[in-house]
Amino acid sequence: MTTTTQSRATPVASEAAERAAAAGGGVATRRRPGVRIPRPSGWSLIRLASILVYVFMFAPIAVVVLLSFNSSRFGTFPLEGFSFRWFEALWANDAIVSAFQTSLVLGFLTAIISTSIGIAASLAMVRYDFPGKGLINTALITPILVPEVVLGVALLLFLRWLSIPKSFLLLLMGHVLITLPFVVLVVQARLTAIKPVYEEAAKSLGANAWETFFRVTLPLLMPAVFAGMLFAFTISFDDVTATLFWKSGGTETVPTQIFAMLRNSISPEINALGTVMIVLTVSLPLIAGGLARWFARGGRG
Amino acid sequence: MAETRDIAVRLTDVEKNYGSFQAVRDMTLDIPEGSFVTLLGPSGCGKTTTLRMIAGLESITAGEIAIKGRRVNEVPIHKRNLGVVFQNYALFPHMSIADNVAFGLKYRKLNKTDAREKVRRALQMVRLPHVEDRFPGQLSGGQQQRIALARAIVIEPDVLLLDEPLSALDANLREDMRVELKRIQRELGIATVFVTHDQGEALAMSDKVVVMSDGQMEQIGTPEDVYNRPTSRFVASFLGNSNFLGATVEDVTDGLVTLAVKPGEGGAMPIRLSIASNGRFRKGEAVQIVIRAERLCIGRAPESRGGPMNTFEGVVTNVDYQGLNARYFVEAGGQKLQVINPIDQHPAREGDRVTLHLRSEDAVILDDTGHVHH
Repeated sequence: MTTTTQSRATPVASEAAERAAAAGGGVATRRRPGVRIPRPSGWSLIRLASILVYVFMFAPIAVVVLLSFNSSRFGTFPLEGFSFRWFEALWANDAIVSAFQTSLVLGFLTAIISTSIGIAASLAMVRYDFPGKGLINTALITPILVPEVVLGVALLLFLRWLSIPKSFLLLLMGHVLITLPFVVLVVQARLTAIKPVYEEAAKSLGANAWETFFRVTLPLLMPAVFAGMLFAFTISFDDVTATLFWKSGGTETVPTQIFAMLRNSISPEINALGTVMIVLTVSLPLIAGGLARWFARGGRG
Repeated sequence: MAETRDIAVRLTDVEKNYGSFQAVRDMTLDIPEGSFVTLLGPSGCGKTTTLRMIAGLESITAGEIAIKGRRVNEVPIHKRNLGVVFQNYALFPHMSIADNVAFGLKYRKLNKTDAREKVRRALQMVRLPHVEDRFPGQLSGGQQQRIALARAIVIEPDVLLLDEPLSALDANLREDMRVELKRIQRELGIATVFVTHDQGEALAMSDKVVVMSDGQMEQIGTPEDVYNRPTSRFVASFLGNSNFLGATVEDVTDGLVTLAVKPGEGGAMPIRLSIASNGRFRKGEAVQIVIRAERLCIGRAPESRGGPMNTFEGVVTNVDYQGLNARYFVEAGGQKLQVINPIDQHPAREGDRVTLHLRSEDAVILDDTGHVHH
């Protein structure tokens, strides 16, 4: 979880922190107009450097989004005119639409399966003691540590050895494999924070293990379950490397489709597709976060 | 031993081991119907483990637990029909108060109207009738405690188990809740096992107190029994303020033991005490005398109960003013004694020479291992 969460969350979080720090600094300077701060150049340099880093990181994304609305076929500035034509072309492109459907179905199924297994595994890890627990826990997390190329090749060779043909089901299994560690880590962290006493109380009132899980544990676990599903979905939706190894011929997900399109030519459709993916992968967590907060507020009356 | 049907919970030679560590051993205890039994002891004495074994939250290593005459060793917790109140209430944060209280009723085949009526009555019982639609996070600690109690009693359990339910409350509220809890228990007439490390709670609420230490029962008795007639040094020191004096038996006649208290440093004249006891003591035997700090009276002698009165002199070295009472430290016969007396018009002052009185019935003699002589 840490790697991906951080690589995803850090830019935004540290940007906010940076802004807060910068604003704080500004306020402090303004609050004491008479006091001269001895070396203002140090802070200015840091501020400048941070701004440049963010520009460097976000400029390419901004360019993609901007160019997707360009009416010209060639990706040059200044923009010639505003148009939705590349989005329309995208909609008309059967290969892309089908790749999109594949990605969505794959993402949702991965999220559901991965989260279900992840919850069960976390419950076993946090609530029960059994021999080999440490080993299994490590095994559950390992896919994060193994480079995806290695994982991709390994699973492929394994399937070849078993003489199982590639299929959508195997691709799905692969995606579950790479997303499971993230779900397990998120759900385990939350489960550790939920005191077993709630479950004990439920059982003392007459609920059996299943009823306790569905009426007490799962509702309390819901934020982590949502977060885990979101992780699983976005990771599955974004994955290129392993998917290239595992997909059967003819099946394309959005990233592999883009990859394939790039091999022929750089079409502005790709910019439009990129914009759609950015909107989707950014808005999904935001919506989920908003929903979570809305539920939390609803829960408190 | 009472008839089996009058016993709500019976523990027979119950034992609990965690690996090589014995958390509870030799636990044999009857909890009669309708009675309020307290497991009292310092942390780590096995009282909570015992409660959790009765609840079914811990397995039993050896022995047998029976609830209403039914062996429950292998019965899972959700089939034991118990009401458990936990230390931190454990109200389900995602459910309204009404849903929290009604939780257990879902598993007890009731129609909705009956269930709602029961919830309403339980909330009335704990005197919080208007909070049904609120959530646990919106209630104070004391209110949450009452809801936790309502949730436990609404299912009409065979036994009520309370695991330090008052320890999370602040002092004033704790005393109020103590009275409330006892009132509710009386009204329901339900057998209750209460776990606490607070001697005040144990003495105030219980019909029977079980003092535990190191996984074992030290003494079982009424609050007056364990307080006034401790059978071991542990019990005497755990409950109240006690003086422990080393002494030698000088004479035994007719249930009255004459002892010479060992003088401390300073070569003072030893105090000689006559103490009523049924124990068999030999002349010259080394023993320990336990005297409660409030049984020693400064100045005025207490009303005699027929036995002889011990009277000796001492010097007040320190006065600890406590409002209603004063705690005096008195040096007598080379020994430092604690004395707690109500303050009348003229409390003794530091340096005062005072006369101390002790009824022969107001002390306990333990053998030199710190246990009652048999």
